[in-house]
Amino acid sequence: MSYGPDRILRMISLDQQQEILRSRDIWLCAGCYTCATRCPNDIDIAAVMDALRQIVVARGNPAGERDALLFHRLFLGVVQRVGRSHEAAMLGLFKVLSHVPIYKDMGSGARLFLRGKVPLLPENTRAAAEVQQIFKRSR
Amino acid sequence: MEYSYYPGCSAHSTGLELGLSTEATFHHLGLKLNELPDWNCCGATSAHSLNHTLSLALPARNLALAQEAQRDLVIPCAACYNRLRSADHAMRRDPNTRAEIEAAAGMRYTGAVAIRPLLAVVAEDVGLAGLRRHVVRPLAGLKVVSYYGCLLVRPPAVVQFDNPDDPQVMPAVVRSLGAEVLPWSHATDCCGGGVSLTRADIVASLVGTLAERAREAGAQAFVSACPLCQMNLEMRQHGKHKLPSFYFTELMGLAFGLPEAEKWWTKHLIDPRPLLRSLGLVGSPAQTVAVA
Repeated sequence: MSYGPDRILRMISLDQQQEILRSRDIWLCAGCYTCATRCPNDIDIAAVMDALRQIVVARGNPAGERDALLFHRLFLGVVQRVGRSHEAAMLGLFKVLSHVPIYKDMGSGARLFLRGKVPLLPENTRAAAEVQQIFKRSR
Repeated sequence: MEYSYYPGCSAHSTGLELGLSTEATFHHLGLKLNELPDWNCCGATSAHSLNHTLSLALPARNLALAQEAQRDLVIPCAACYNRLRSADHAMRRDPNTRAEIEAAAGMRYTGAVAIRPLLAVVAEDVGLAGLRRHVVRPLAGLKVVSYYGCLLVRPPAVVQFDNPDDPQVMPAVVRSLGAEVLPWSHATDCCGGGVSLTRADIVASLVGTLAERAREAGAQAFVSACPLCQMNLEMRQHGKHKLPSFYFTELMGLAFGLPEAEKWWTKHLIDPRPLLRSLGLVGSPAQTVAVA
């Protein structure tokens, strides 16, 4: 992280929009709620980080961590189509489209596959059609 | 007792042994889990990162399914539990948000469903004495630290479970199975969660610290309650001597003497069998008697 949550909040007060929205910090925040839970001023910092990411996306700005945004988009793209997550499709696309070298995690990926933990086909559920509607109505 | 059951996507894929051990142990305890028909993904980290309405509407659809079933909703995955509680909390607290989510999810919120983490159901409905009655193979000699991660206990106002700084429920459950749960200060530290795929370096460093501290505490293994944590603990731990990690439900199955348990160990990326063998906790029933 370049700033950390405390400085990001200060930068918001100082309206340093460009610096914040370009930063990696907002994409590296894992949403663990540790800072939000312990904040003496009771600021929901994790929600602030969510809001900042959503502003970047709404404005069509480039993300400070390109692969993080790609990951979220692919994950949701799969959920939108099949109603549930489907690792094989998502991981395959991520491998091809991300900056992460393609050989990274290939070993673990293969071991997960051999253990039956990455099903090739998505689960067939009637949820898919309704979930597509939810995506449409949530735009 | 009968419950509605939301397994979540992980319990059918990367967290397969969580789903298998949950279903086997509940069956053994005589507790019926009715999987919600046609449940959908909760949206996890990605939905709340990109789209606020979507992040509440996706779990809300599952709440609607649970409302119809009129039973407590049990969730084994910490992330799913967190998202369903978040949707419930948002709709309970604010009528405008509620109207917005109801419209997006196509449902009417009644607020009548109790959303409960699997761990709470085990501790409260089965109870520690109830667990002890089912133990046929006490996990004697097994030294572990309990690892909660974030989403089961934070944010406390939303998830309303256990103590976010010094959680007690999982240690009590695992102790009642006969294992030794060691004190440490990192039970609710973050493993890096969903950053794992894009920034493996960060997660490897967080998990490395967790493993080091667990070893310092004298642990032979982690016990976890979250498929994302478990995945990171197994996949991002480096070095020669890796600490295995169990789901607490797997330890329940082991202590209950369930034969299915043998199939769970083969699903792990860090094989826990050498440890279990060294303690005489896997093997033929004859050995079991000798150990017990």
